Amino acid sequence: MRLEFTDEEQAFRDEVRSFLRQKLAPAISEKVLNGYELGREDILNWQRRLHERGWGGMSWPKEFGGPGWNSVQQYIFDEESALAGAPRLIPFGIKMVAPVIMTFGSVAQQQRFLPKISAGEEWWCQGYSEPGAGSDLASLKTRAVLDGDAYVVNGQKTWNTLGQYADWIFCLVRTDSNAKQQSGITFLLIDMKSPGITVRPITLLDGGHEVNEVWFENVRVPVENRVGEENRGWTYAKFLLGHERTNIAGIGGAKRELARLKRIASEERWQGRPLIEDPLFAAQIAQVEVDLWALEITNLRVLSAERRSPAAGPEASILKIKGTEIQQAISELMMRAVGPYALPFRREAMEAGWQFDPGRESPGPRYAATLAAAYFNQRKLSIFGGTNEIQKNIISKMIIGL
Amino acid sequence: MNFEFSDEQRQLHEVVERYLGEQYRFDRYQAIKRSAAGWDPEVWRGLAELGVLAITVPTEQGGLGFGPLETLAMMGDCGRSLLLEPVLASAVIATAALRAFANEAPAAELLTAMATGEKIAVLAHFESGARFESQWVTTRARKAGERYRLDGHKGVVMHAGAAETLLVSARTAGEAGDAQGVSLFLVPRAASGVTLDIYPTVDGQRAADVYLKGVEVPVASRLGPEGGALAAVEAALDIGLAALCADAVGVMQALVDATIEYVRMRQQFGQPIGRFQALQHRIADMLIHLEQARSMSYLAALRCTAENVAERRRALSAAKAVIGQAGRFVGQQAVQLHGGMGMTDELVVSHWFKRLTGAQLMFGDSDTHLQRYAALSRA
Repeated sequence: MRLEFTDEEQAFRDEVRSFLRQKLAPAISEKVLNGYELGREDILNWQRRLHERGWGGMSWPKEFGGPGWNSVQQYIFDEESALAGAPRLIPFGIKMVAPVIMTFGSVAQQQRFLPKISAGEEWWCQGYSEPGAGSDLASLKTRAVLDGDAYVVNGQKTWNTLGQYADWIFCLVRTDSNAKQQSGITFLLIDMKSPGITVRPITLLDGGHEVNEVWFENVRVPVENRVGEENRGWTYAKFLLGHERTNIAGIGGAKRELARLKRIASEERWQGRPLIEDPLFAAQIAQVEVDLWALEITNLRVLSAERRSPAAGPEASILKIKGTEIQQAISELMMRAVGPYALPFRREAMEAGWQFDPGRESPGPRYAATLAAAYFNQRKLSIFGGTNEIQKNIISKMIIGL
Repeated sequence: MNFEFSDEQRQLHEVVERYLGEQYRFDRYQAIKRSAAGWDPEVWRGLAELGVLAITVPTEQGGLGFGPLETLAMMGDCGRSLLLEPVLASAVIATAALRAFANEAPAAELLTAMATGEKIAVLAHFESGARFESQWVTTRARKAGERYRLDGHKGVVMHAGAAETLLVSARTAGEAGDAQGVSLFLVPRAASGVTLDIYPTVDGQRAADVYLKGVEVPVASRLGPEGGALAAVEAALDIGLAALCADAVGVMQALVDATIEYVRMRQQFGQPIGRFQALQHRIADMLIHLEQARSMSYLAALRCTAENVAERRRALSAAKAVIGQAGRFVGQQAVQLHGGMGMTDELVVSHWFKRLTGAQLMFGDSDTHLQRYAALSRA
């Protein structure tokens, strides 16, 4: 038993670090490190830098153009990227649809889609949730009817993340309404430029435009864009959700945000002293810090065990629940650290270049202006990717079995 | 980075698990707990035969020379079996303190006798009024010719009544709170002027308040240089803290197992209560606490002998804070989910709960350690 990474793993970490130092533009990392909003180009630019280095499909095997990293290397890459302030890559292409195409897609689909995902040339979004199908995903109603060489799709998807930027959407659609819920679902790849698709923004509580409704009205999807077999989509969907689990604990990002919390709490003053010296506030920081340390080791234990066999127990759900609780706790403490200056609420403050009034000193510190919005936004963590309550159902099904 | 136990560590765990599984069932524990001494010399001999009492004794003194990872591997079994014998106090903590002075004859001889189970020794360090502050030593040792004269009061010394020898810390210089000026003495429990108030603790073990009134010991019974023993005492306490964490994780695992079994079996409203989501989610929360605690018990074992004292304490404080909170949650919820049965003395659940409660109160509670962690992490 040892905590230290091997020499090879350490050398890999150094390689990732030096790559980040050389290729990550300060204009981008400054946004991440300060919690400012990233644009489409920021994210795609970074994807292209990774692709140039051969790391575009960082979780992919070599045969599909990935670097063939094991799960420890992926963990190290994620951690170093987060600490350096690299954009967290949008998972829908690389980590979700790509593994499905690799495993169940045709050779033609693999050749058509995978290179453009790795190269940052095409942006993918997800068409899973519907207004009536959230945690109970299999109750989805969007229909697809085969008409000659194309499916005709009608229905509505929701909570579609960043679909306003997307070139393609992968969708679960119902192709057999007589079969059992899970058995009548098909997995389709749909061009977002297809006639009949409408994207409508949903404004969230933080004022941001991060999710959309996507409407399908007689959208024609060529049969060759069906993945695998008709009515087998649920199998592929479950496989995809399994791949959503890598980096699920978000250790690197949480470490970065914890360091920022401590910086802010050192700047803020309370009764003439740095807030970080207030015993009550210090104890709350310490609490989240020890919880994070424990989770980091829990995560490493899972990686260590996965060297022998893939995790089949409740590990992923434990990491998801605890990881999101910690990230939410940090964002809440950060907001509370700035006290009344968390009250001013201007959406523009999320932009890197924003100033309250150019040429005059801003009321309250610049770092305070984004913190309430970030706190609001982070509430999503315990809801998406399977709510934390669903995760507890999964855990108890596995260990109690009733 | 790997979290596998070595073959040797796994074997040690299996040997202890099998022995306690056969020889230390719940009824045996109950009987020993109610006995006058509160521990069983026959079990002690059994543990000695297995080598358990020798694992942390250096090979030069006839021991196995193992470290914290081997201790970790078997402490969980001691917790699960509710072991009342002084393995932690004598075979882990006292041996750790003595190892620092193994080049001196009295310590070496004692270690040799402890490896075979022939002798029991415990560290008598904390004082009433010290709470969890290891530097708070007010017991005095005054040198008079070839002898020291000790006066003071040591509080809640685990298993003092079972020990032939007490390792007593006492000030030869300085004031309470000073790091320097603390010396360590070997004091026979039967020495004139030593009085013990012996009592059971919440978890059924035995402890005592130890009063020292004009206790005279020869100069040769002082271990190490005069006034320079605190670092060795703290190092031993840190090793003990890591072992206690492992004991607690063994208990938590036992409680999670028992609670899962109970909710599967217990029927109400015509179905097993494990079908109710309120209880399912509570058990999921117990499992999360258990796994986080297990991670920290590994960290504690891996770091408890680190040379960098600040780093060592930061890790141990993080571990004790997390494990204390986890133990509280798992223990309380296990009782809750067992309903009225969880409240009874008849069921093992309440005994595990009380062992976890005891563990929270030893070596600093979660609040103390969070505070220390915050202070160490600010820099």
